[in-house]
Amino acid sequence: MKRFWRRFVRSRGGVLGVAILAVVLAVATAAPVLFPGSPFRRVDRPFAPPFGRQLFGTDVLGRDVAAGIAHGARTSLTIGVLATSVAVLVGTVMGALAGYYGGWIDDLLMRTTEFFQTIPTFLFAILLVAILAPSVASIVFAIAVVNWPAVARLVRGEFLAMRGREFVQACVCLGMTDGRVIFRHILPNCLSPIIVTGSLSVATAILIESALSFLGLGDPNVMSWGFMIGAGRTFLRSAWWLCTIPGAAILLTVLAINLLGEGLNDALNPRLQR
Amino acid sequence: MPVVFAILVLNFLLLHLAPGDAAQVLAGEAGSATPEYMAQLRQRFGLDRPLALQLVLYLKNMLALDLGFSFRHNLPVLALILGRLGPTLLLMGTTLVVSVVAGVALGLLAAARAGSWRDTLISILALVSYATPLFWVGLMLIVVFSLKLDWLPTSGMETVAAFYEGWPRVVDIARHLVLPALTLSLFYMALYVRLMRAAVLEQAGMDYVTTARAKGLSETRITLSHVLRNAVLPVVTLAGVQVGSLLGGSVVVESVFAWPGLGLLAFQSLFARDFNLLLGIFFLSACLVVVVNLMVDVLYTLLDPRIHA
Repeated sequence: MKRFWRRFVRSRGGVLGVAILAVVLAVATAAPVLFPGSPFRRVDRPFAPPFGRQLFGTDVLGRDVAAGIAHGARTSLTIGVLATSVAVLVGTVMGALAGYYGGWIDDLLMRTTEFFQTIPTFLFAILLVAILAPSVASIVFAIAVVNWPAVARLVRGEFLAMRGREFVQACVCLGMTDGRVIFRHILPNCLSPIIVTGSLSVATAILIESALSFLGLGDPNVMSWGFMIGAGRTFLRSAWWLCTIPGAAILLTVLAINLLGEGLNDALNPRLQR
Repeated sequence: MPVVFAILVLNFLLLHLAPGDAAQVLAGEAGSATPEYMAQLRQRFGLDRPLALQLVLYLKNMLALDLGFSFRHNLPVLALILGRLGPTLLLMGTTLVVSVVAGVALGLLAAARAGSWRDTLISILALVSYATPLFWVGLMLIVVFSLKLDWLPTSGMETVAAFYEGWPRVVDIARHLVLPALTLSLFYMALYVRLMRAAVLEQAGMDYVTTARAKGLSETRITLSHVLRNAVLPVVTLAGVQVGSLLGGSVVVESVFAWPGLGLLAFQSLFARDFNLLLGIFFLSACLVVVVNLMVDVLYTLLDPRIHA
């Protein structure tokens, strides 16, 4: 752990990512304290410019933009983490089964993932959310559906590589059950690529969520950054802050997660470095 | 082909997942279709029959490209989609060319002097473009180039009121194309830059490079005529895989710039709750991706003569 940390700290990008992410996380956690009440509530006259009474001004209905940013951070992070957890869980189980057993499970998985690679996944996510009615649950479901195949492919590859290794053969010879071999012996050995992919896919999930809510497919009861940009785009000329600030928030968060992912990658796979 | 088939089955399932009767979904927004049409739909898709038979009938209708009728637009879905295909292909084609060319060029530049300030600059640019939501890039470009500088139009594909013909019309469309294509290209360019940089660095250590150097070729010559050709292969592969995602991205970009393509149509049908139209768009765009992938395969054999199709 200590060695891992030392290696991680060496990548400046990774540290920067963690720092930004810590701020976003703090704001998201403190949102109900910093901005109590609903972020949809009007607090001032409409179109109050930023850095006045409200830090980031108000929007067309007099809602506080800063409150929206803070509550939106909660939404983005929650959806990003939830969707990725589901995708990683499903992807890992499917990939592990396919890689370990091969045969028809493997064929089925490969066909499915190829299918998901070909179809316009974002359109598919739109369809799912539109048909299931927009809510946090349906958005999480849609993002997980389009993200799990990538994880499954990765895990399958790792398992395929491990399957023939001596320690696995030894486990089988000792008479261990398949489940024990898979979860106690092979899985821990391919945890690092899963962690890296998982962290990067949180970023993708946040981008998809923001695009969905920008298109008007966000959960109507929850404030989100994409929704704020979608609602503010009509006033691009008169009120620049309505779109600029939430967009910058998305950019910073996603950038931070990507940096963190790369830092993790460098720290977990020291062999990859020159 | 199996992909097309799978999409149809998926569409069928989604149709039944949607709230309300499948006939209502097929007819678009509930209430806007005539009762006669609804009865006709129920009969043609056999909605009172068992599910398996329904699926067969659905497949039959879809494979005959009978995608239904959109009451919102008062046009058959197929005609509607084909009418919007051109602008989307124009946007996608431009984006594909721009992002691959720019990505390859920048990736080469970055890898040629790995670790220099140029490399760092390009890598940061790629990192930031990769993290920016497409729609936001679009809106910011509109603010800068349309609203502040007033260089380029904000939306649409051409100035309809001007009735341009021939060459002026081409110029007009090109002017409208700049911002949407740039928006969509930035994100994919970022991907290709990173991939290209990694591929060039990997190739640089190969034996054939040492041979070329021993032969006395200049570094420029080695890079341009030996390394480039090998390193560009993974980029082309990825670009082929990305076509589907490009179509998804164009939904967002087209709705930002009101570019009259499939994406904008999808956006509009979302608002009209015209699910059948949305399913049709999904189906045809998946077919489009399959066709483009075949074309990429052909291109691949041209780029790499070692592969025979």
